[in-house]
Amino acid sequence: MDAIKARLKRAGLFLVVAAFCFFAAGPFVIMLINTFKQDADLYRPQNNPFIYTLPPTLDNLRLLFERTNYLTFVRNSLVIGVLVVLITLLIAIPAAYALARMAGRWGERAGIAIFLVYLVPPTLLFIPLFRVVVALGLNDTIWSLVLVYPSISIPFSTWLLMGFFKSIPRDLEEAAMVDGYSRLMAFFKVVMPLSLSGVIAVTVFTFTLTLHEFVYAMTFIASSDSRPISVGVPIELVRGDVFFWQSLLAASVIVAIPVGIVYNMFLDRLVAGFTMGAVKG
Amino acid sequence: MSEQTAAGREAGVYPTLQQSSAATLADREGFLGVLFLAPAVLYIIGLVGVPFILAIAFSLSDATIGDASLDIVGFRNFGRVVQTPQFRRALLNSFFFTIIAQVIVIVLANILAVVLSRDFRGKWLARTLIILPWATPISLGTIGWKWILDSKFSPIDWVLQRMGLLGGPDALLGSGLHLTYLGVEELAMSSVILVHVWRILPLATVILMAGLTSIPQDILEQAQVDGARFWRIHFRISIPMILPIMSIALLFGLIFTFTDMVVTFVLTRGGPVYYTQVLPLWAWFKGIDGGNLGEGAAIALFMFPVLLATAILILRAARRMEVT
Repeated sequence: MDAIKARLKRAGLFLVVAAFCFFAAGPFVIMLINTFKQDADLYRPQNNPFIYTLPPTLDNLRLLFERTNYLTFVRNSLVIGVLVVLITLLIAIPAAYALARMAGRWGERAGIAIFLVYLVPPTLLFIPLFRVVVALGLNDTIWSLVLVYPSISIPFSTWLLMGFFKSIPRDLEEAAMVDGYSRLMAFFKVVMPLSLSGVIAVTVFTFTLTLHEFVYAMTFIASSDSRPISVGVPIELVRGDVFFWQSLLAASVIVAIPVGIVYNMFLDRLVAGFTMGAVKG
Repeated sequence: MSEQTAAGREAGVYPTLQQSSAATLADREGFLGVLFLAPAVLYIIGLVGVPFILAIAFSLSDATIGDASLDIVGFRNFGRVVQTPQFRRALLNSFFFTIIAQVIVIVLANILAVVLSRDFRGKWLARTLIILPWATPISLGTIGWKWILDSKFSPIDWVLQRMGLLGGPDALLGSGLHLTYLGVEELAMSSVILVHVWRILPLATVILMAGLTSIPQDILEQAQVDGARFWRIHFRISIPMILPIMSIALLFGLIFTFTDMVVTFVLTRGGPVYYTQVLPLWAWFKGIDGGNLGEGAAIALFMFPVLLATAILILRAARRMEVT
């Protein structure tokens, strides 16, 4: 009896997992199939959308890579992502440490205040920021985004890292300082190595944010060369009412698979980062 | 808490040591603290504080893209904006989409987080698949859905036709060959909610998984020893214990959904007519597309009090739950 029960339970678990996988990844399967479909196959409603009625083709990928700026978009997104992550870490780590260790009671309130800054969304600020970016002469360059994106990522990152630093026992640093380390050295030698999960969580979160961001990128940048993928792809592959469907869908799945695998590798760290930063902090 | 008692005990044992190190700390603490905090504060003031004040100034002015000089006209923009049916519908939709999507997300994320914190074969693959919506820009993910919901080529329609549910003379879903998901009011609204759920679910699940791993294992084991069943343990112990972090997940979901304009922009452009219009997108159409910065800023500002109230409520609730 028990064996049957256990088996039923496993089957139930499997079904639930399969249903969720279908919901989350189903669109990507369709994207992948359509990447290699000929127009004559895709645009016949009677054809089975899940198999190739006509032989698969590489034309759509050729269009994407050779006749659009796709590779430039990918490079722009990477450059923006990496730079924004660096700026965010450079600014948020010291701020979080100051709030966690040096500020006393008002640190708590300042932390919440900083978190609340996160509530002021791009869709509220893009109109005035557009003027600011133009005034600085940064419109139409990726630097406008490198400058502005940290304003979204710093508040959240500071808040999460603050929780993280608080969960690290003070005694550890104090012991190091008794051993002759300065405060700064103690921070680098003791606190930072213990905070790796928090740094990874913040890195993944910030990178995702820059990858997804759309409103600022669409508002600030009008020249194709400087666009990140989130706006470059839809703007170049939707011309008026004409959608280059296969290439559009290919552009999406090509990003999703490698990034998804990298995220999965860091998932345990990400979960640990949230646990320490948001739960225990 | 245990840290403090440990530190206190130590202070009792080595009083002199503790005092002297505290004194050198105090020397540098103030200076270092300001130095550490200053860049973040300057960044936030410069790129959130100033633009926020500018947004208010714009909303009170007649600025346009062509003529950005700020001639203050008072609350005229707000008055004009509120009177349009598009705005009212956008306001209503923003609330409706956000609340429905987040209710669904919290239920699904709870199930998914429990399932994923177990061990099973193929878990690595399952986790990668489930995280995928988070791994591509939302604009591109939404384009995938736009194809799936296409009025002519929707693969869902194809399956429904083959199952005999659509397109036959007495088919359950109608005799037409297509449901035109994005062209019918209720279906278009449901589609927008569906895509929001799809894209928030991975993040909410990760946050809830973090909550579940933070529950001390011995509490769960004790409950099992006492003979409690899985779901009983989940509802009586796990959920109450992760409520604070669940409220954080909820807060993120609410903010992301309420302030998002990408999903509606790509999927429906606010249509059919203006039935799926939302506040941020309507602000973009008015402010940037239409060039009326003043009215655009006024529309966008309507989001702020809502966000502030939500955040304060949820953060308060989270703190109260932590105490008990």
